[in-house]
Amino acid sequence: MANITALLAGLIFGLGLILAGMANPAKVLAFLDITGSWDPSLALVMGGAIAVGSIAFAVAGRRNRSYLGLPMHLPAARMIDKRLVLGSLAFGIGWGMAGICPGPALVLLGTGSSEGAVFVVAMLLGMGIFEILERSKSVDRSKTGQHV
Amino acid sequence: MSIDWNHFTPWSALAGGMGIGIAAALFVLLNGRIAGISGIVGGLFKLQTGDMGWRMAFVAGLVAAPLIWQLFHGLPTLQIDTGYGMLALAGLMVGIGTRYGSGCTSGHGVCGMSRLSPRSIVATLVFMGTGFVTVYLIRHVFGG
Repeated sequence: MANITALLAGLIFGLGLILAGMANPAKVLAFLDITGSWDPSLALVMGGAIAVGSIAFAVAGRRNRSYLGLPMHLPAARMIDKRLVLGSLAFGIGWGMAGICPGPALVLLGTGSSEGAVFVVAMLLGMGIFEILERSKSVDRSKTGQHV
Repeated sequence: MSIDWNHFTPWSALAGGMGIGIAAALFVLLNGRIAGISGIVGGLFKLQTGDMGWRMAFVAGLVAAPLIWQLFHGLPTLQIDTGYGMLALAGLMVGIGTRYGSGCTSGHGVCGMSRLSPRSIVATLVFMGTGFVTVYLIRHVFGG
């Protein structure tokens, strides 16, 4: 059941991205081009999403389990550290270069666009590099007995 | 700054945004999970059994969205003017950056902002800010 609802959530998410114009990289870049001829549409995408999301997360925050009886996995981290800031900085540069973020990248892949495919492969490679670096770090830590 | 009124699409932007919000709402209320795309995809690399199915299902839904859309309607213009080299570099930065930063436009920008998470507010301000600066540099300083 959880897989079916995940499939549906992904599908609705993707349809929302297409309707909103978020899956159109040219439109995303026009939003990011504040000093040029600016298309503010995507601010409304975020506004609409947050309006609905804030109600749902207010409800979710008061529950221990989801309506399907699954444990609630809400992030507990509160620390604003170098990883968060530098990671987001790198993401912002990549987003500004192509106007594509992870969700729209997967939607573009689904349209059969070769540009979308190149972006997704590179993105997966980046995520894989992160995973390898993280694992080698935890191996180092276990060798020297350090704990972070 | 001048607003490009010809390309401003407030109603479809708002409606699409609400669709994204509904998807995030369903996902947290039913699956108990944050609809953060970079986290969902990045988590696949951990290869944890019992954790792969819902991740793959969510990704399949996203990838299938344009196909389902086309059953009812022609797809709107999805225009990419960026060359392959630049796309590859951008994808790499997005992949590494979102994993180190623990989220992207969906996880931080939509879900985190909805929860008023301080980490997500900072992350969103940072990636929006660097997005603005990057486009400014590419279009108006180096002349794209």
